[in-house]
Amino acid sequence: MTQLKGWRDIPIGGVILEGGNAVEYRTGGWRAFRPVFGQAPCIHCFQCWLFCPDSSILVDAENEKMAGFDLDHCKGCGICASVCPVNAKVIRQAGEKLNRDDPRLCIRMVEEGKME
Amino acid sequence: MSKYEALTGDQAVATAMRQINPDVVAAYPITPQTETVEFFAEYVANGEVTTEFICVESEHSAMSACVGASLAGARVMTATSSQGLALMWEIVYIAASYRCPIVMSLVNRALSGPINIHCDHSDVMGMRDSGWIILFSENCQEAYDNIIQAVRIAEHPDVLLPVVVCQDGFITSHAMERVEVYDDAEVQAFVGTYRPKWSILDVDNPKTYGALHFYDYYYESKRQQAEAMAHAQRPILEVTNEFNRQFNRHYGLFEAYRLDDADVAIVVANSTAGTTKVVVDSLRAQGLKVGLLKPRVFRPFPAKELANALCHLKAVGVMDRSIAFGSMNNAGPLFLELTAALAIHGVHIPIADYIFGLGGRDIKPGEIESVYRDLLRIAETGKVERLVTYLSVRE
Repeated sequence: MTQLKGWRDIPIGGVILEGGNAVEYRTGGWRAFRPVFGQAPCIHCFQCWLFCPDSSILVDAENEKMAGFDLDHCKGCGICASVCPVNAKVIRQAGEKLNRDDPRLCIRMVEEGKME
Repeated sequence: MSKYEALTGDQAVATAMRQINPDVVAAYPITPQTETVEFFAEYVANGEVTTEFICVESEHSAMSACVGASLAGARVMTATSSQGLALMWEIVYIAASYRCPIVMSLVNRALSGPINIHCDHSDVMGMRDSGWIILFSENCQEAYDNIIQAVRIAEHPDVLLPVVVCQDGFITSHAMERVEVYDDAEVQAFVGTYRPKWSILDVDNPKTYGALHFYDYYYESKRQQAEAMAHAQRPILEVTNEFNRQFNRHYGLFEAYRLDDADVAIVVANSTAGTTKVVVDSLRAQGLKVGLLKPRVFRPFPAKELANALCHLKAVGVMDRSIAFGSMNNAGPLFLELTAALAIHGVHIPIADYIFGLGGRDIKPGEIESVYRDLLRIAETGKVERLVTYLSVRE
């Protein structure tokens, strides 16, 4: 945790004197549901990466793989799970409504703090 | 060389804007400010200014565009009235907190409802705590002069706050008066070039604007804003004095009219101060020692200076052109603030409030005279029988 500055020492107008600093603001603590991988294997289609509003899908660019979730910044909105085509397929094949933390899914949304 | 022209208040503001030639104007026409936008649009179409004129679909967008342009480092102006200002509301506060030196011409008009298009001060009084510097203008000349000064005040490195210049709707905005218009080059030289502290377009030095401030930094940001307002008076006077020297004017924080040896005085802003001067002269001719104090800088509120200017009086009457509903005795905002200023600075003189002119109701010399007669009675007895009087309302 950096030392918080006094009002005399911050730039006027709420300006931050550099760009690209959102990464320093850890919004992961806002999360109520955590994205985790389930049993259905990821097909690395990057739909989750495309739709994630917080740039929190980690990507292995060299091997063109979806590599996981940046839990320091993911707010747990669940858009990744909603747009995941593998999830859609699992739900269709199950022929029933699945809970969002169903182990059969590809991206599951598990309640934070809930023991697995 | 300056020249005299017959201009309405709206046209006087548009003329000042033409001479200032701001980088960006984003405005939406609304009665009674409409003429300003119409005239200025004509200057843009004729190529008399190089301003980027943004025709927006609402005042909310107008103020939003102003903030964006200002953060880009542009000199920015806008104009509105009443409901237009009300629609700008959330961005009005943001403009001040982002320290955008935007200049707004506000042609004072009553806020709805009931719907009304005529003058009172409910619009500007609603923005009094928004963080804008507020200047009042008695007539077309003052509106013109204040707009020119407002640019320099707003952009002063020790201020960097938005400034709103008020004039009375229709009474000033649509009344044609003799206005001394200065030479374009002189005005240009006075306002100079705006050198923004930062610009969002400076891609080589990227910065973050409008970042979220939580419980960790919001408070510090606001404390800083209070500091800017607390120290704005000196730069305001610096700019005012420079303007006075250059254009032979006599502006200050307020105007004291036959106040020095007065027993009683009225405090009233904008056009009614002009009518009051006529009444002062006529009562003085009868040997009555009456005076006037006309506020010019309302934000930051010059509490100490006002207390000093009024402390010798035996009675003070404040004339408020709006009501602060639910406040002490439903008084007007000017009264409430002045009363607090006098009390804090140890000035204990009888003071009464006179609400007038709501929704454009005429205020005539006879009514102002009745206020002076009332004040002279109060001065004699030392007693304020009615704290708030509603002038010329039908019972």
